[in-house]
Amino acid sequence: MYNQYQDYLRSQIHEIKEAGLYKNERVIVSPQGAEITLNTGQTVLNFCANNYLGLSSNARLVQAAKNALETHGYGMSSVRFICGTGDLHKELEQKLADFFGTEDTILYAACFDANGGVFEPLLTSEDAIISDSLNHASIIDGVRLCKAQRYRYENADMEDLETQLQLSQEQRFRLIVTDGVFSMDGNVAPLDRIYELANKYNAMVMVDESHSAGVVGETGRGVTELHNLRGKIEIITGTLGKAFGGAIGGFTTGKKEIIEMLRQRSRPYLFSNSIPPLVAAAGIKMVEMMTETNELQDKLHHNTRYFMDKMLKAGFDIKPTQSAICAVMLYDAKLSQEMAAKLLNEGIYVTGFYFPVVPKDKARIRVQLSAAHETEHLDKAIAAFIKVGKDLGVLNIIK
Amino acid sequence: MSYSEKTKNLYLSQLTDIRNAGIFKEERFIHSSQAADIEVEFPSGSDLKRVINMCSNNYLGLSSHPEVIRAAHDGLESRGYGMSSVRFICGTQDLHRELENKVTEFLGTEDTILFPSCMDANAGVFEAILTSEDIMISDRLVHASIIDGMRLCSAQHDTFKHSSMEHLEEKLLLHSDKRLKLVITDGVFSMDGDTARLDEMVKLCEKYDALLLVDDSHASGFIGKTGRGTHELCNVMGKIDIITTTFGKALGGASGGCVSGRKEIVEMCRQKARPYLFSNTIAPVIVSGVLKVFDILSASTERRDKLERNAAFWRKGLTDAGFILKEGNTPIVPVMLFNAKLSQDFSKDLYNEGIYAIGFFFPVVPNGQARIRTQISAGHEMHHLETALEKFIKVGKKQGILGLTKEQIIEKFGL
Amino acid sequence: MEEDNLNEMKEMILKYVIKEYIDDDDTTITYETPLISSGYVDSFSMVSLLVFLENKFKIKIPPSKATPEAFDSVNNIVALVNQYLNK
Repeated sequence: MYNQYQDYLRSQIHEIKEAGLYKNERVIVSPQGAEITLNTGQTVLNFCANNYLGLSSNARLVQAAKNALETHGYGMSSVRFICGTGDLHKELEQKLADFFGTEDTILYAACFDANGGVFEPLLTSEDAIISDSLNHASIIDGVRLCKAQRYRYENADMEDLETQLQLSQEQRFRLIVTDGVFSMDGNVAPLDRIYELANKYNAMVMVDESHSAGVVGETGRGVTELHNLRGKIEIITGTLGKAFGGAIGGFTTGKKEIIEMLRQRSRPYLFSNSIPPLVAAAGIKMVEMMTETNELQDKLHHNTRYFMDKMLKAGFDIKPTQSAICAVMLYDAKLSQEMAAKLLNEGIYVTGFYFPVVPKDKARIRVQLSAAHETEHLDKAIAAFIKVGKDLGVLNIIK
Repeated sequence: MSYSEKTKNLYLSQLTDIRNAGIFKEERFIHSSQAADIEVEFPSGSDLKRVINMCSNNYLGLSSHPEVIRAAHDGLESRGYGMSSVRFICGTQDLHRELENKVTEFLGTEDTILFPSCMDANAGVFEAILTSEDIMISDRLVHASIIDGMRLCSAQHDTFKHSSMEHLEEKLLLHSDKRLKLVITDGVFSMDGDTARLDEMVKLCEKYDALLLVDDSHASGFIGKTGRGTHELCNVMGKIDIITTTFGKALGGASGGCVSGRKEIVEMCRQKARPYLFSNTIAPVIVSGVLKVFDILSASTERRDKLERNAAFWRKGLTDAGFILKEGNTPIVPVMLFNAKLSQDFSKDLYNEGIYAIGFFFPVVPNGQARIRTQISAGHEMHHLETALEKFIKVGKKQGILGLTKEQIIEKFGL
Repeated sequence: MEEDNLNEMKEMILKYVIKEYIDDDDTTITYETPLISSGYVDSFSMVSLLVFLENKFKIKIPPSKATPEAFDSVNNIVALVNQYLNK
């Protein structure tokens, strides 16, 4: 029964390879950090993790996880509403609400699930979702699972957003949805203007803070801090899988009734285990650490400025950023792959992105900075970029 | 403010409706490790109460097994806490590969791909491997996550009556013109505890040239002689094209799931399954724990054997006492009460007696089929089961349902 | 459409719905019983009903019209079929 299908799949896989889109995985044998060891034995500097605050292998988080293993065991073997809710889950939900200045929080197994499960319980076919064109895949999947009418505006284009708000005037409730930081370009959503338009047209706003929580804003509270909108956004989703420790887990935080509704009706919440207690414990520790001191946030901001300055001076074409994502533009897909490979030889691990992940002829290397990077790491990376950049002749040239 | 009173009131009134319908889900906060005995805060703010847990998916009692916890500690030491990356950027450790291979070996398949959860595995697998030319034919009682996965896939879908091979055959005939036919079932059905007739399904799939997907979340680790799952029980190891399962139940209970099966299908998922591409995989510390779980299960069948004995004891005890059970031979033992309110009252009475078991009713189960679903664990000792049985009988007497037929219960309590 | 034919069609569709979707003898389905909104038929299972109607009455119902509302009772289904029979 399988043979025919096997042939079909083989040809599909072959096509993916031919198109140069086949994803190979590099195997890491060390903990995540500024320096990592690959299974080839090579030790490299990592500039492509979402480990923005350097917490992925932080000793205090590890200790918090270990303590929880002792007090709360390993797994819950249950969904939340049967017998899978621990006191640690409740505590983390409260801590995250305090962190973002919101009313309540609901945890999910991943932010993919938070975004996948947020729309359907809240909106019906009478309502509308107005979504930024560059929003993350998980938002797109969530929207696909919801019956609300769909509207789309060009990335961060406020004129277009206003047009869509006018077009959707007839719908009962409208929700504008945007990423806080767009992961491929590193730009921050113009949330202040989105908020103004939302008020003008009586719409609600949802922000995915996955790449901005811990990063954007002076104390890392995210885009709502940067734009002075703390407590004013109806729905924030975010992840524990990036800056916040990097293991697993996601959350939706915002208005009390909305969170309560999600607890009753959101399918990934009802039908899947929550995060294990040890992840909740590390999350609690993470929020405590970020509240105690601003050291990690400050260091990340400093590292980003340092890297950007030197790279721009060296003649690289980098998209303006307000996050810890620096898109080094190369435009040509093949060039982006070649450059990434050469940088790896120099001990710098970065990833080249090209169509369809980014638009055609907008290929780039995405550098992600971390508070785990020391100045010598940054200097080494910048030197390698300059060396390889010279070899490939990409410095100081115009697109 | 854009969050108007109108919006707020709409949600408030919906929440009130849910409360009035008696289906509002209240969470109980557990302050201890998951085990046969747990400490619970319920309702919120009240003193901790020690109860026997009869409703977890901790079938093998491994959720807080010391060796699993030790392994998790070691994982934290050697591999850190998080990966902060998706698999194909910089989120793959050697441990992930090792676990994929272990699962493949354990389930007797060709290859395995890990997902953050089985919900995500089910959400991602269909869209990755099927197109609008194909058809998915699913059992009417498959898990919600499969339904969401099918909703995200452009292939057509149809259903067959629960476990009806005649109806499945009709459907295979009806859709014989489609390019690919994928038959979809749970291995063990979570609400009823019955098992899919995989031997017959394999035959039908061979006859009508269809693929077969089984979600073995409530079976992996304990169903079948050596706990490989429903395919072992039905003697069709190696003949299931796709198995999805979870590490969040019997296999340690923390988190994570997978798609295991034909090599090319797994390879396709690695290239195209959205939850795999766009979400972190299982954290190294969790992987370390699951690896240990497989070591424990491969070394001996002691735990699943004990589970089988426990479940048999429990079934017999309840039946002898005069309860109506759903038939089956899995550790999922539904005590049928038919009336929704009765199922809630029964659960409350049990809790007061120190027994934690949840009542299920419409829409989770069909109207008029409310029940208490008990789930047996190898973590239960005889004294747990004896105490639980005694309390079930006590509450059963109080409610006056022991020895009654379905009709008599319905007559007494209504539907 | 003749009254007799209409009744015959209603009866035929009802029989099919009972055979295809209803397992237990306790359930009584009438022409008005909500099928989808009350959980007797899930929206995935509508496909077989659609195929049945198209084959039986030699009509083509566009996917956009095959909504859960249009399929929610035998009476609704008959109305839907009639729209396409008369074309």
